Amino acid sequence: MITISSLLDKEWHERYKRIANLNIRSSIYDVTNRCNLRCKGCFFFSSGEHEAAREEMDIKKWENFIDSEKARGVNLAILIGGEPTLCMDRVEAFYKRLPTYCASNGLIKVDRAKFPDMMVGISLWGDGEDEKILRGRDTFAISSANYAGDPYTYYLYTITPKQLGKIETIIRKIADVGLKVHLQLLSNDEGVDGFSWKEGELADLRHEMDEALDKYPQTVISSKYYHEVITSGQMLGRTFGWPECPSVTEALDTRSPRPRRLIHFARWASDLKTVHRCCTSATRDCSTCKDGAAHMSWIMVNKQSHIKTTGDLQNWIEIYEMFAKLYRLIPW
Amino acid sequence: MPETNDIQGIIRKVAEIIIGELKLEDVTVDTFSPEMDLVDELGIDSMDLATIALVLQDEYKIVIDEDDYPKLKSIRMIAEYISEKLTAKG
Ligand code: SF4
Ligand code: SF4
Repeated sequence: MITISSLLDKEWHERYKRIANLNIRSSIYDVTNRCNLRCKGCFFFSSGEHEAAREEMDIKKWENFIDSEKARGVNLAILIGGEPTLCMDRVEAFYKRLPTYCASNGLIKVDRAKFPDMMVGISLWGDGEDEKILRGRDTFAISSANYAGDPYTYYLYTITPKQLGKIETIIRKIADVGLKVHLQLLSNDEGVDGFSWKEGELADLRHEMDEALDKYPQTVISSKYYHEVITSGQMLGRTFGWPECPSVTEALDTRSPRPRRLIHFARWASDLKTVHRCCTSATRDCSTCKDGAAHMSWIMVNKQSHIKTTGDLQNWIEIYEMFAKLYRLIPW
Repeated sequence: MPETNDIQGIIRKVAEIIIGELKLEDVTVDTFSPEMDLVDELGIDSMDLATIALVLQDEYKIVIDEDDYPKLKSIRMIAEYISEKLTAKG
C-alpha cells in the first residue's frame, strides 16, 4: 500500500504535515466595480463584469454578509475588484473578520497602522513600456515607493509574450525594493495585438521562469512544477480546461461528472447577491485560460493523483507550500 | 442498514468504503490498519472526507457535521464516531 511515509523521507514528511491540515476554504469577493486604472486585458472590465451588479453601498450589509460567509466555512477572503483600496471600509470589514488577502494595483497605500498583517498582492504587467501600453502608466514607480520592504506584500507579475527574455530584469527590480514576486501569465482577454502566446513561446518561458527561481530563490515565490503546468496546461497527462477547472463557483457548477474542486468556493459580485462563474471572467475561453490560481488549485485538489511516486508527491507539496506562502499561512 | 453495527463491523465497512471511494490499490479490508492516520499517511483531504462522509451518512442514516471532520483521523476514530451517533439515536 502506498503511504505518505513510504514515499517521503523524514524532512519531506515534516513539510507535508505542516500543510496537510491547513484545510483552506477560500472565496473571492469583488469589493467594488470601480478602478483608478483601466488596463487593456483586465478581465473584469473587458467582460462587462463591472456592470453585472450594482455595488452594495451599506457597510452594515457588507459586515453581515462577511459574517455569513464565515459561517459558511470560508477561512480565507480574497479581495479583488475593481480596485479594493478605493473602499477601505469594506476591506476593513473583511480584515476584522477573516484572514484576508487584498489584490491591488498598488497606487493607493494600505495603512499598515490599520492593517498590520493583511496580505497585499500588487499587480504588475511587465516593464515600464508594456505597463504604459497595457495600463496607461508605469505603476511600478508608485507601487514600489508605497510598499518597499513591506513584509506582507508581494508583486503578482503577469508575464506577457513581450517579456520573453526580460523577466530577470523585472525580478531584480522587485528584489531591489525588498519585495517578493509570484509569476503568472497573461491570458490576453481583449486580444491586444502582439500580446497573445505563440507556438513555442511558453516552452521558452518555462525555462526562463525556472532560471529565475534558481537565481532568486528568496524573491520568487514559485515552484518548477507550477511553471511546467501553467506553461503546458498539462498535469499528469491531463489537460486543463472547463471539465477539470477547480475554481468554478459551487452554486453554478453544473458539470457532470463533477471534477475535484474547491469546496464551497464562490466568487461574489459587489452587490453581495450575484455570483460569477469562476475566479476570472465568464467570457474567457477555458481552453486558453492561463489563470495562475486556477492552475495551482487544480494541482492542490488532485492530491491523490500525486500520491503515486516520490517525485509527484514532492511536486504537490511544493505547490501547496507556494500557495500557503502567498497567503502567509506558513512563513516565507 | 449494515449487517453488524459493533465496532469491528463498522471498522470493516468504513475500510471498504474508503478503499472503494479512493480507488485504493494494494490494500484490502483485512490489511487496512484501523489506526493509520488518514491525513498524514494516506493523504486524504477534506474533499475525500466529504465524499466518504456522504456514503457513511447514507449507510448509517446519521448526520456527519463538517466541523467534526478534524476528529475523523483514522478508521477507528470514524467507527467510534459512528458508533456514538448510533447509540445516541437509540
Ligand atoms: S488595476 Fe486591476 S482591476 Fe484595475 S483595470 Fe487594471 S487589472 Fe483591472
Ligand atoms: S476561465 Fe479559467 S478559471 Fe474560469 S472556468 Fe474557465 S478554466 Fe476555470
